[in-house]
Amino acid sequence: MTTLTPYKDHSAAHTYSRRRHTITQAIKSVLTHIILLVGSLGFIMPLVYMVSTSLKASRQIAKFPPELIPNPVIWRNFTDVFIYAPMHKYLLNTIFIIIPTIIGASITSALAAYAFARMRAPGKQVIFMVLIATMMLPGVVTLIPTYILFAKLGWVGTFKPLIVPVLFGSPFYIFLMRQFFTTIPRELEDAAMIDGCSRWQIFWTIILPLAKPIMATVTVFAFMGSWNDYFGPLIYLGEKSQYTLSLGLQVFVTNHRTEWGMLMAASTMMVLPVILLFFFAQKQFIQGITLTGMKG
Amino acid sequence: MAQVPLARRKRWYQTFRGKEALTFYLFITPWAIGFLLFTVGPIIASFALSFMEYDMALPPKFTGLANFKELFGDPLFYRSMANTLYIVAFAVPLGMIAAFAMALLLNQKIRGLAVYRTAYFIPSIVPAVASAALWLYVLQPQWGLLNGFLESIGIPGPAWLASEVWSKPSIIMLMVWASGGTMIIYLAGLQDISKEFYEAAEIDGANSIRKFMHITLPLMTPTIFFTLVMGIIGTFQVFSVIFVLTDGMGGPVNSTLVYLIYIYRNAFNFFRMGYSSAMAWVLFTIILILTILQFRTARYWVFYEVESAEA
Repeated sequence: MTTLTPYKDHSAAHTYSRRRHTITQAIKSVLTHIILLVGSLGFIMPLVYMVSTSLKASRQIAKFPPELIPNPVIWRNFTDVFIYAPMHKYLLNTIFIIIPTIIGASITSALAAYAFARMRAPGKQVIFMVLIATMMLPGVVTLIPTYILFAKLGWVGTFKPLIVPVLFGSPFYIFLMRQFFTTIPRELEDAAMIDGCSRWQIFWTIILPLAKPIMATVTVFAFMGSWNDYFGPLIYLGEKSQYTLSLGLQVFVTNHRTEWGMLMAASTMMVLPVILLFFFAQKQFIQGITLTGMKG
Repeated sequence: MAQVPLARRKRWYQTFRGKEALTFYLFITPWAIGFLLFTVGPIIASFALSFMEYDMALPPKFTGLANFKELFGDPLFYRSMANTLYIVAFAVPLGMIAAFAMALLLNQKIRGLAVYRTAYFIPSIVPAVASAALWLYVLQPQWGLLNGFLESIGIPGPAWLASEVWSKPSIIMLMVWASGGTMIIYLAGLQDISKEFYEAAEIDGANSIRKFMHITLPLMTPTIFFTLVMGIIGTFQVFSVIFVLTDGMGGPVNSTLVYLIYIYRNAFNFFRMGYSSAMAWVLFTIILILTILQFRTARYWVFYEVESAEA
């Protein structure tokens, strides 16, 4: 209300209201910071305690109320984890699954996305609608026959069920990439077509190099998908030597429920790469989430 | 006209348009193969299976509606559905409100925005298993982090995951904690709102509450609608976190036995593939009805900018 005074010519009232304005502004800003600070501390606290507990001796862990700073700092929990579970093996298995899925999923998705973004064909709109609709399809509907299929193929107990279906691309990635491809200026392709390039050549030599940012986004999401996947490994992997990190961690949780130091050390090992990835690829995370979230 | 026969009329696939269409089909083929094999095929198969008895050892036997009849007389079906509905009814709106509040606070020119945003977002990318392990520790009744905090302010904390009453609220709390992804979506939506709307409102003398009620909220409804639809679909299928927290049991006393854990039990512990397919279709039907209902009611509360510009 008082901020509207500039229209009047009472300069004293003017400066007074300005000052009041800046004061309320300052109070508002301080309040916002306090709320944000308390809120963000609440959100981050469990993770902080996870790391701190992983560095505590069991005597300190049992203290109540819990102490924040590990004293003394011990690293034993991290080495002990490897005695009870071959975490390095789990990590290798996870990477073995992640690499082909990222490469396969991003190439097949990019191909389809480019077609949807640029080419005209009868039935294209309908196919695209179907694709969008499958983004909303609950995975549980296809779960059981897919499992039976893999069981009949003799793939249960191998990595194949976790890799092969992903290679065919996902509607989510196709949608993301299509949104990106539509923003590339057409002139680039037109010029190449006049030079006699085929769509295939254009895709590999012009579109893919330009698509690096969205490829990075898809890579991040594909990585997260495989790294975090628990259900897939749970139903498809049999022997302990095949376990991925998430499945290995679950078994660890079940078997060592009360050894909190080790449990938190193992969890830290699983969470830390994800957080590091977030810091390196913050833009890709945000972009991926907003691109799908906004224009659904 | 009489001279053309030499240059034969081009077939459709030889024309520019035809070639382009063929290239289109070629480019989507890899995805389409996967789509037929791992989406369309399984959908048909699971529909068929829901009318059969199949344990993966003996050949499938057609039993008509027997699976559905058994399902509607199965107390654990109702129990797991009720648990799931409870979690959906609280976790989805609470998560959305928390995410919206965070996004509103972060949608200002403030210092350290990136730090706050990161703090709110990171819980949402913590792997389900790790987050389960973490919350086992936070919610430990005797000396866990949360009860430690509660005791320090003079409130005796409940037994959380070990309590039949508090187990579902614990799960809901965990899900709200991980709602940072929704916050990012809201934040992007808020930043999309043109400053001009607010400036115009200020000239008209609107206060913050009015600006929020008449500009921010209406313009955010499409985004809110999207997150609501996707949130409900996702939360109906909650599995991993609860499975790890409860050793796959959905305890204590089935209080966290959600629908997907019950499907898992029937499919992979009892190998009742027909029965669990029927369960999957019941869930799909419920989700579908809810989604359609949301789209139907959308016209009463979702505000699309384009329409209003014409009106």
